[in-house]
Amino acid sequence: MKKFMYVNRHAPHGTIYPLEGLEVVLIGAAFDQDVSMAFIGDGVFQLNKGQDTADSGMKNVAPTYGALGDYEVTKLYVEQESLDERGLELNDLMNLTWEDEEEDWAEKPSIRVVSRAQLSDLLEQQDVILNF
Amino acid sequence: MKFSVMVNEGPYTHQAADTAYHFTRAALNAGHEIFRVFFYHDGVYNGTRMTTPPQDDRHIVDRWSELAHDHDIDLVVCVAAAQRRGILDKDEAKRNGKDGDNIAPGFRISGLGQLIEAGIEADRLLVFGD
Amino acid sequence: MLHTVNKSPFDSHSLQTCLGLAKSGSDILLIEDAVYAAMSGTAVTSMVEAAMASSTIYALEPDLKARGIGSEKMISGINLVGYDGFVELAVTNDKVQSWL
Repeated sequence: MKKFMYVNRHAPHGTIYPLEGLEVVLIGAAFDQDVSMAFIGDGVFQLNKGQDTADSGMKNVAPTYGALGDYEVTKLYVEQESLDERGLELNDLMNLTWEDEEEDWAEKPSIRVVSRAQLSDLLEQQDVILNF
Repeated sequence: MKFSVMVNEGPYTHQAADTAYHFTRAALNAGHEIFRVFFYHDGVYNGTRMTTPPQDDRHIVDRWSELAHDHDIDLVVCVAAAQRRGILDKDEAKRNGKDGDNIAPGFRISGLGQLIEAGIEADRLLVFGD
Repeated sequence: MLHTVNKSPFDSHSLQTCLGLAKSGSDILLIEDAVYAAMSGTAVTSMVEAAMASSTIYALEPDLKARGIGSEKMISGINLVGYDGFVELAVTNDKVQSWL
Protein backbone atom coordinates (compact mmCIF):
# COMPACT_ATOMS: atom_id res chain seq x y z
CA MET A 1 0.00 0.00 0.00
CA LYS A 2 1.38 3.41 -0.93
CA LYS A 3 0.59 6.78 0.60
CA PHE A 4 -0.92 8.97 -2.12
CA MET A 5 -1.37 12.68 -1.53
CA TYR A 6 -3.28 14.92 -3.92
CA VAL A 7 -2.11 18.50 -3.60
CA ASN A 8 -4.66 21.14 -4.55
CA ARG A 9 -3.46 24.69 -5.10
CA HIS A 10 -6.00 26.14 -7.51
CA ALA A 11 -9.21 28.00 -6.75
CA PRO A 12 -12.32 26.37 -8.23
CA HIS A 13 -13.91 27.35 -11.56
CA GLY A 14 -11.14 29.60 -12.91
CA THR A 15 -9.44 26.46 -14.15
CA ILE A 16 -10.47 22.83 -14.53
CA TYR A 17 -7.73 21.46 -12.29
CA PRO A 18 -9.87 21.13 -9.12
CA LEU A 19 -12.69 19.35 -10.97
CA GLU A 20 -10.48 16.95 -12.90
CA GLY A 21 -8.29 16.53 -9.83
CA LEU A 22 -11.29 15.37 -7.83
CA GLU A 23 -12.07 12.79 -10.53
CA VAL A 24 -8.62 11.28 -9.98
CA VAL A 25 -9.17 11.16 -6.22
CA LEU A 26 -12.50 9.36 -6.62
CA ILE A 27 -11.10 6.79 -9.06
CA GLY A 28 -7.99 6.40 -6.92
CA ALA A 29 -10.15 5.64 -3.88
CA ALA A 30 -11.01 2.27 -5.41
CA PHE A 31 -7.38 1.15 -5.37
CA ASP A 32 -6.98 0.47 -1.65
CA GLN A 33 -4.13 2.88 -1.09
CA ASP A 34 -3.67 5.34 1.79
CA VAL A 35 -5.15 8.49 0.29
CA SER A 36 -5.18 12.08 1.53
CA MET A 37 -5.70 15.52 0.03
CA ALA A 38 -3.89 18.75 0.81
CA PHE A 39 -5.35 22.19 0.15
CA ILE A 40 -2.69 24.87 -0.08
CA GLY A 41 -2.80 28.48 -1.27
CA ASP A 42 -5.88 29.18 -3.38
CA GLY A 43 -6.74 25.48 -3.13
CA VAL A 44 -8.50 26.24 0.15
CA PHE A 45 -11.16 28.14 -1.81
CA GLN A 46 -12.33 24.81 -3.26
CA LEU A 47 -13.87 24.08 0.13
CA ASN A 48 -15.70 27.40 0.48
CA LYS A 49 -19.32 27.01 1.62
CA GLY A 50 -22.24 28.16 -0.46
CA GLN A 51 -20.87 27.86 -3.99
CA ASP A 52 -23.73 28.57 -6.41
CA THR A 53 -22.81 28.14 -10.06
CA ALA A 54 -26.30 28.61 -11.56
CA ASP A 55 -25.65 32.01 -13.12
CA SER A 56 -22.11 31.30 -14.27
CA GLY A 57 -23.10 27.99 -15.86
CA MET A 58 -20.00 26.32 -14.48
CA LYS A 59 -20.21 22.77 -13.22
CA ASN A 60 -20.76 22.81 -9.48
CA VAL A 61 -18.12 20.51 -8.07
CA ALA A 62 -18.69 21.44 -4.43
CA PRO A 63 -21.28 18.71 -3.71
CA THR A 64 -18.78 16.08 -4.86
CA TYR A 65 -16.51 16.88 -1.91
CA GLY A 66 -19.39 15.70 0.26
CA ALA A 67 -19.08 12.23 -1.28
CA LEU A 68 -15.41 11.83 -0.41
CA GLY A 69 -16.20 10.40 3.02
CA ASP A 70 -18.22 7.59 1.40
CA TYR A 71 -15.20 6.81 -0.79
CA GLU A 72 -13.03 6.52 2.31
CA VAL A 73 -11.13 9.69 1.53
CA THR A 74 -11.26 11.05 5.04
CA LYS A 75 -8.11 13.12 5.37
CA LEU A 76 -8.46 16.59 3.84
CA TYR A 77 -5.57 18.67 5.13
CA VAL A 78 -6.08 22.41 4.90
CA GLU A 79 -3.16 24.73 5.52
CA GLN A 80 -3.85 27.24 8.32
CA GLU A 81 -1.60 29.91 6.84
CA SER A 82 -3.42 29.70 3.51
CA LEU A 83 -6.74 30.23 5.31
CA ASP A 84 -5.34 33.17 7.30
CA GLU A 85 -3.97 34.88 4.18
CA ARG A 86 -7.43 34.66 2.65
CA GLY A 87 -9.35 35.75 5.72
CA LEU A 88 -11.02 32.36 6.03
CA GLU A 89 -11.84 30.27 9.07
CA LEU A 90 -12.88 26.63 9.41
CA ASN A 91 -16.45 27.89 9.71
CA ASP A 92 -16.31 29.27 6.17
CA LEU A 93 -15.61 25.83 4.78
CA MET A 94 -18.04 23.06 3.92
CA ASN A 95 -18.85 20.66 6.72
CA LEU A 96 -17.34 17.49 5.29
CA THR A 97 -17.63 14.32 7.33
CA TRP A 98 -16.99 10.60 7.26
CA GLU A 99 -18.44 7.75 9.28
CA ASP A 100 -16.01 5.82 11.44
CA GLU A 101 -16.93 2.15 11.23
CA GLU A 102 -14.69 1.44 14.19
CA GLU A 103 -16.58 3.81 16.44
CA ASP A 104 -20.13 2.75 15.70
CA TRP A 105 -20.30 4.87 12.54
CA ALA A 106 -19.71 8.06 14.49
CA GLU A 107 -19.61 11.07 12.17
CA LYS A 108 -16.24 12.79 12.16
CA PRO A 109 -14.88 15.82 10.34
CA SER A 110 -12.75 15.12 7.27
CA ILE A 111 -11.20 18.58 7.15
CA ARG A 112 -8.10 18.77 9.30
CA VAL A 113 -6.57 22.22 9.56
CA VAL A 114 -2.81 21.91 9.87
CA SER A 115 0.04 24.37 10.15
CA ARG A 116 2.57 24.83 7.35
CA ALA A 117 5.11 22.98 9.48
CA GLN A 118 2.76 20.04 9.96
CA LEU A 119 1.95 19.99 6.25
CA SER A 120 5.66 19.92 5.50
CA ASP A 121 5.93 16.78 7.65
CA LEU A 122 2.90 15.23 5.95
CA LEU A 123 4.39 15.78 2.49
CA GLU A 124 7.61 14.04 3.55
CA GLN A 125 5.61 10.98 4.64
CA GLN A 126 4.02 10.38 1.24
CA ASP A 127 5.09 7.88 -1.42
CA VAL A 128 3.37 9.50 -4.39
CA ILE A 129 2.37 13.14 -4.68
CA LEU A 130 0.11 14.37 -7.48
CA ASN A 131 -0.55 18.03 -8.14
CA PHE A 132 -3.69 19.67 -9.43
CA MET B 1 14.49 2.45 -11.73
CA LYS B 2 10.91 2.55 -13.01
CA PHE B 3 9.46 5.98 -13.80
CA SER B 4 5.93 7.12 -14.52
CA VAL B 5 5.41 10.52 -16.08
CA MET B 6 2.25 12.62 -15.98
CA VAL B 7 1.75 15.37 -18.58
CA ASN B 8 -0.90 17.92 -17.71
CA GLU B 9 -0.63 20.43 -20.53
CA GLY B 10 -0.95 20.38 -24.29
CA PRO B 11 1.81 20.84 -26.85
CA TYR B 12 3.36 24.29 -27.49
CA THR B 13 1.23 26.42 -25.16
CA HIS B 14 3.22 25.34 -22.13
CA GLN B 15 6.74 23.97 -21.89
CA ALA B 16 5.47 21.04 -19.82
CA ALA B 17 5.20 18.61 -22.74
CA ASP B 18 8.76 19.45 -23.80
CA THR B 19 10.25 19.07 -20.33
CA ALA B 20 8.38 15.80 -19.87
CA TYR B 21 9.69 14.51 -23.19
CA HIS B 22 13.32 15.46 -22.49
CA PHE B 23 13.13 13.96 -19.02
CA THR B 24 11.71 10.74 -20.45
CA ARG B 25 14.46 10.56 -23.10
CA ALA B 26 17.17 11.19 -20.49
CA ALA B 27 15.74 8.50 -18.22
CA LEU B 28 15.77 5.99 -21.10
CA ASN B 29 19.33 7.00 -22.03
CA ALA B 30 20.40 6.35 -18.46
CA GLY B 31 18.98 2.84 -18.70
CA HIS B 32 15.83 3.40 -16.65
CA GLU B 33 12.41 2.04 -17.49
CA ILE B 34 9.40 4.20 -18.28
CA PHE B 35 6.34 2.38 -16.94
CA ARG B 36 3.84 4.79 -18.48
CA VAL B 37 3.39 8.35 -19.70
CA PHE B 38 -0.12 9.47 -18.72
CA PHE B 39 -1.71 12.51 -20.34
CA TYR B 40 -4.33 14.40 -18.33
CA HIS B 41 -6.11 17.77 -18.43
CA ASP B 42 -5.00 19.55 -21.62
CA GLY B 43 -2.15 17.05 -21.83
CA VAL B 44 -4.50 14.87 -23.92
CA TYR B 45 -3.89 17.28 -26.83
CA ASN B 46 -0.43 15.73 -27.13
CA GLY B 47 -2.27 12.75 -28.61
CA THR B 48 -3.93 14.23 -31.69
CA ARG B 49 -2.42 13.30 -35.05
CA MET B 50 -3.97 16.41 -36.67
CA THR B 51 -1.26 18.91 -35.76
CA THR B 52 0.80 20.66 -38.44
CA PRO B 53 3.40 22.74 -36.65
CA PRO B 54 5.71 24.96 -38.73
CA GLN B 55 8.48 23.04 -40.48
CA ASP B 56 11.22 24.80 -38.54
CA ASP B 57 9.80 23.82 -35.16
CA ARG B 58 9.79 20.55 -33.24
CA HIS B 59 6.88 18.20 -33.93
CA ILE B 60 5.77 17.43 -30.41
CA VAL B 61 3.10 14.83 -31.24
CA ASP B 62 5.29 12.92 -33.70
CA ARG B 63 8.10 13.00 -31.18
CA TRP B 64 5.92 11.15 -28.66
CA SER B 65 4.78 8.66 -31.32
CA GLU B 66 8.42 7.97 -32.29
CA LEU B 67 9.37 7.50 -28.65
CA ALA B 68 6.53 5.03 -28.19
CA HIS B 69 7.60 3.18 -31.32
CA ASP B 70 11.35 3.12 -30.68
CA HIS B 71 11.23 2.29 -26.98
CA ASP B 72 7.87 0.55 -26.58
CA ILE B 73 6.57 3.27 -24.25
CA ASP B 74 2.96 3.12 -23.03
CA LEU B 75 1.40 6.50 -23.83
CA VAL B 76 -2.04 6.75 -22.23
CA VAL B 77 -4.55 9.52 -22.80
CA CYS B 78 -7.25 9.82 -20.12
CA VAL B 79 -10.65 8.98 -21.58
CA ALA B 80 -12.63 11.50 -19.50
CA ALA B 81 -10.25 14.36 -20.30
CA ALA B 82 -10.14 13.26 -23.94
CA GLN B 83 -13.92 13.22 -24.27
CA ARG B 84 -14.11 16.76 -22.92
CA ARG B 85 -11.52 17.96 -25.42
CA GLY B 86 -12.32 15.90 -28.51
CA ILE B 87 -9.48 13.42 -28.70
CA LEU B 88 -10.85 10.12 -29.98
CA ASP B 89 -9.80 6.75 -31.28
CA LYS B 90 -12.06 4.73 -33.58
CA ASP B 91 -13.88 3.04 -30.69
CA GLU B 92 -14.54 6.29 -28.87
CA ALA B 93 -15.75 7.91 -32.10
CA LYS B 94 -18.19 5.05 -32.69
CA ARG B 95 -19.30 4.96 -29.06
CA ASN B 96 -19.99 8.69 -28.95
CA GLY B 97 -21.44 9.08 -32.43
CA LYS B 98 -18.64 11.25 -33.80
CA ASP B 99 -17.75 11.40 -37.49
CA GLY B 100 -14.01 10.96 -37.10
CA ASP B 101 -11.14 10.01 -34.86
CA ASN B 102 -7.81 11.74 -34.36
CA ILE B 103 -5.61 9.75 -31.98
CA ALA B 104 -1.94 9.77 -32.92
CA PRO B 105 0.05 6.55 -33.41
CA GLY B 106 1.49 5.07 -30.24
CA PHE B 107 -1.17 6.59 -27.97
CA ARG B 108 -4.09 4.71 -26.43
CA ILE B 109 -7.14 6.04 -24.60
CA SER B 110 -7.91 4.59 -21.19
CA GLY B 111 -9.23 5.39 -17.73
CA LEU B 112 -7.81 7.21 -14.74
CA GLY B 113 -7.11 3.86 -13.13
CA GLN B 114 -4.09 3.72 -15.42
CA LEU B 115 -2.72 6.84 -13.71
CA ILE B 116 -3.18 5.37 -10.24
CA GLU B 117 -1.56 2.15 -11.41
CA ALA B 118 1.30 4.22 -12.83
CA GLY B 119 1.81 5.69 -9.37
CA ILE B 120 1.60 2.32 -7.64
CA GLU B 121 3.88 0.38 -10.01
CA ALA B 122 6.63 2.95 -10.59
CA ASP B 123 9.42 3.88 -8.21
CA ARG B 124 8.95 7.54 -9.04
CA LEU B 125 6.05 9.51 -10.53
CA LEU B 126 6.81 12.94 -11.97
CA VAL B 127 4.18 15.52 -12.86
CA PHE B 128 4.77 18.07 -15.63
CA GLY B 129 2.24 20.84 -15.99
CA ASP B 130 1.53 24.49 -15.66
CA MET C 1 12.50 14.91 -1.54
CA LEU C 2 13.16 16.58 -4.86
CA HIS C 3 11.07 19.69 -5.34
CA THR C 4 10.71 21.13 -8.83
CA VAL C 5 9.42 24.63 -9.50
CA ASN C 6 8.53 25.74 -13.01
CA LYS C 7 7.02 29.22 -12.76
CA SER C 8 8.77 32.56 -12.68
CA PRO C 9 9.03 33.84 -9.10
CA PHE C 10 7.97 37.27 -10.35
CA ASP C 11 4.78 35.88 -11.78
CA SER C 12 3.74 33.25 -9.27
CA HIS C 13 3.91 32.30 -5.60
CA SER C 14 4.96 28.75 -6.43
CA LEU C 15 8.62 29.18 -5.50
CA GLN C 16 7.67 30.86 -2.23
CA THR C 17 5.18 28.08 -1.44
CA CYS C 18 7.82 25.47 -2.24
CA LEU C 19 10.46 27.07 -0.03
CA GLY C 20 7.93 27.45 2.80
CA LEU C 21 7.14 23.74 2.75
CA ALA C 22 10.45 22.14 1.75
CA LYS C 23 12.32 20.59 4.63
CA SER C 24 15.92 21.35 5.37
CA GLY C 25 18.19 19.15 3.28
CA SER C 26 15.84 19.10 0.28
CA ASP C 27 16.95 19.26 -3.33
CA ILE C 28 15.17 22.03 -5.18
CA LEU C 29 15.33 22.13 -8.96
CA LEU C 30 14.36 25.24 -10.92
CA ILE C 31 13.04 24.39 -14.38
CA GLU C 32 11.32 26.25 -17.23
CA ASP C 33 10.47 29.84 -16.21
CA ALA C 34 11.55 29.26 -12.60
CA VAL C 35 15.19 29.49 -13.70
CA TYR C 36 14.80 33.27 -13.51
CA ALA C 37 14.96 32.75 -9.73
CA ALA C 38 18.63 31.82 -10.18
CA MET C 39 19.51 35.36 -11.22
CA SER C 40 21.41 37.61 -8.82
CA GLY C 41 20.25 41.10 -7.90
CA THR C 42 16.53 40.49 -8.19
CA ALA C 43 13.65 40.97 -5.78
CA VAL C 44 13.75 37.26 -4.92
CA THR C 45 17.52 36.75 -4.69
CA SER C 46 17.60 37.01 -0.90
CA MET C 47 14.76 34.48 -0.58
CA VAL C 48 16.70 32.03 -2.78
CA GLU C 49 19.99 32.67 -0.97
CA ALA C 50 18.25 32.06 2.37
CA ALA C 51 16.97 28.72 1.07
CA MET C 52 20.48 27.80 -0.04
CA ALA C 53 21.56 27.83 3.59
CA SER C 54 19.49 24.71 4.30
CA SER C 55 18.73 23.11 0.93
CA THR C 56 20.55 22.49 -2.33
CA ILE C 57 19.29 24.53 -5.25
CA TYR C 58 19.72 23.38 -8.83
CA ALA C 59 18.79 25.01 -12.11
CA LEU C 60 18.19 23.23 -15.41
CA GLU C 61 20.90 24.42 -17.77
CA PRO C 62 19.02 24.07 -21.07
CA ASP C 63 16.31 26.36 -19.64
CA LEU C 64 18.88 28.94 -18.46
CA LYS C 65 20.55 28.95 -21.87
CA ALA C 66 17.22 29.26 -23.67
CA ARG C 67 16.51 32.38 -21.64
CA GLY C 68 19.94 33.95 -22.07
CA ILE C 69 20.92 33.66 -18.42
CA GLY C 70 24.68 33.32 -18.33
CA SER C 71 26.73 32.31 -15.30
CA GLU C 72 27.77 35.92 -14.76
CA LYS C 73 24.11 36.80 -14.05
CA MET C 74 23.51 33.95 -11.64
CA ILE C 75 23.54 33.63 -7.86
CA SER C 76 26.79 32.00 -6.92
CA GLY C 77 26.40 28.47 -5.61
CA ILE C 78 23.44 27.38 -7.71
CA ASN C 79 24.18 23.98 -9.24
CA LEU C 80 23.61 23.54 -12.95
CA VAL C 81 22.26 20.25 -14.29
CA GLY C 82 21.07 18.94 -17.64
CA TYR C 83 18.15 16.55 -18.16
CA ASP C 84 20.45 13.68 -17.19
CA GLY C 85 21.12 15.45 -13.90
CA PHE C 86 17.38 15.96 -13.47
CA VAL C 87 16.93 12.19 -13.80
CA GLU C 88 19.75 11.60 -11.31
CA LEU C 89 18.07 13.89 -8.79
CA ALA C 90 14.80 11.99 -9.23
CA VAL C 91 16.67 8.74 -8.59
CA THR C 92 18.59 9.85 -5.50
CA ASN C 93 15.57 11.45 -3.82
CA ASP C 94 12.74 9.20 -2.64
CA LYS C 95 10.03 11.13 -4.42
CA VAL C 96 9.42 14.24 -6.52
CA GLN C 97 7.01 17.08 -5.75
CA SER C 98 6.22 19.40 -8.67
CA TRP C 99 5.23 22.89 -7.56
CA LEU C 100 3.33 23.93 -10.68
